[in-house]
Amino acid sequence: MKIVVDALHFTYPSGVEALRGVSLTIEPGEQVALVGQNGSGKTTLVKHLNGLLRPTQGRVWVGDWDAAQMPVAKLARRVGYVFQNPDEQLFSRSVGAEVAFGPRNLGFSADRIAKQVAWALEMTALTAHKDTNPYDLSPTWRKMVALAAVIAMDTPIVVFDEPTTGQDAAGVARIARVIAALRAKGRTVITITHDIDFCAENFERVIALAQGQVLLDGPAREVLAQEEALARTYVDPPQLARLAKQLGLPVVPLNQEEFLAAYRQSQKLSNLHG
Amino acid sequence: MAVLNLRNVTYTYPLTDAPVLKNVSLQVEEGEFVAVIGPNGAGKSTLCYAIAGFIPHFYKGELTGTVEVEGVDVRQTTLSERVLQAGLVFQNPFSQITGAKYTVYEEIAFGLENTGVPPDEMHRRIGQVMRLTGITDLAERSPYALSGGQQQRVALASILVMEPKILVLDEPTSQLDPIGAREVFAVIKALSEQGRTVVMVEHKVEWVAAFADRVIALDGGEIVLEGTPRQVLSAVELAGRGFGLSRYTLAAHEAEKQGLWPRGEPLPVTLAEAVAGFGRRGGKA
Repeated sequence: MKIVVDALHFTYPSGVEALRGVSLTIEPGEQVALVGQNGSGKTTLVKHLNGLLRPTQGRVWVGDWDAAQMPVAKLARRVGYVFQNPDEQLFSRSVGAEVAFGPRNLGFSADRIAKQVAWALEMTALTAHKDTNPYDLSPTWRKMVALAAVIAMDTPIVVFDEPTTGQDAAGVARIARVIAALRAKGRTVITITHDIDFCAENFERVIALAQGQVLLDGPAREVLAQEEALARTYVDPPQLARLAKQLGLPVVPLNQEEFLAAYRQSQKLSNLHG
Repeated sequence: MAVLNLRNVTYTYPLTDAPVLKNVSLQVEEGEFVAVIGPNGAGKSTLCYAIAGFIPHFYKGELTGTVEVEGVDVRQTTLSERVLQAGLVFQNPFSQITGAKYTVYEEIAFGLENTGVPPDEMHRRIGQVMRLTGITDLAERSPYALSGGQQQRVALASILVMEPKILVLDEPTSQLDPIGAREVFAVIKALSEQGRTVVMVEHKVEWVAAFADRVIALDGGEIVLEGTPRQVLSAVELAGRGFGLSRYTLAAHEAEKQGLWPRGEPLPVTLAEAVAGFGRRGGKA
């Protein structure tokens, strides 16, 4: 399902102008990372996709729907949103009930609900905690519950707001697996993140926001190489891209495999010439 | 003398059976910057609570062993005395913000008001700490009308302003933008160089490697490894236990397997070490 954001402006009641003319198009099935400085408008932007915020000016299209004209409950069929802070969205007495709440509200059959809940719990490694109260889990596991509750709704578009915050290596790997599974299902995934290494390894397109505007938008390899432009919105290139640059390698590696391939190549060349 | 001294600390939360900290002993010198790393559930936040006196004063539960700050057992002091000795920045800034104040400026003043700091000094310290944490322009905003990262900076500022002897920081950069996170590490480092003692839980190992004096690896409630950043963060066996290591370390480890990194040479933990190591192999003809 296509998303079109057209000249979007948003000003909070306090007078803070959070978005100042954002335009972008996201094609169905794209995996997009949103990066940028704290307060650059990332969360404000994605809250327009599910109607939690309405444009001060400009338009947001989710498929053939003008998001500003649609009730939040209806947009929830198309856009799942995992909050930055899981405590803002959890309320059920058990993990299983929490995860079933969304699909049940969308009116799916009991069979489909059971299937989607089981899948979501399995993807987030929560199956064994089905009967646990979410608030008896640690904050990092509550985040997994929030994530499971949203992917269980099987929406064509899924938005994650800083999913890796506070997660250890295993948690980050689990989230990467969820994103890969959504990609395989042809879902659109939009993820706000400050973890640039995670961003490089899991997203094909990166949009950098700065002060309420789009600073950079393109393939991850192109955007993440622009060290000076990224610094303007307080973002560093990924670790291995910085290393490759310092070593004078002619590529921008997005993961370990690419880095080592480029390094091996440079070693061969230097042996040839050496 | 160690400003912080934990001896054989074992702690079990109320209504639970298994201890979350098991026989933890740790001495921290004045002005030392100690980072604590570990997978989720290792006991990192609990360790922070024990040092800051929330255990046993607030959380109750069963504590054995001793926690001493400047030679005084935490059980002998009240929580209100402890807040001046050790300040804790919570993992979730939302849990820390008082809800009693309308502006960021007043929020940062809260602790000072409650400890009877004179107004002139309050204004001076608040101004200074807001500049240090880069939130001067947020002074008149509501603490609740901020982005996650901005809120986290406010939470940090409200503890720094108290000037506690020991700073205990539970993932204080988790919601910050990448360069902002590095800047907060630099601020903490500068404070430790001025004599402040720091215990900081963090997942961002690249900056732990660059800024911390010592690293403690905690797993299953026990200290499994401690030493300099290079000693601990290059221990690849930790990766198998759920610890996050830097891409530099992991890439060099894989390079070693493929014969691209000299076998036995210490693995890099910072960008500079990675550049030196990979560069030395003969990147240049």
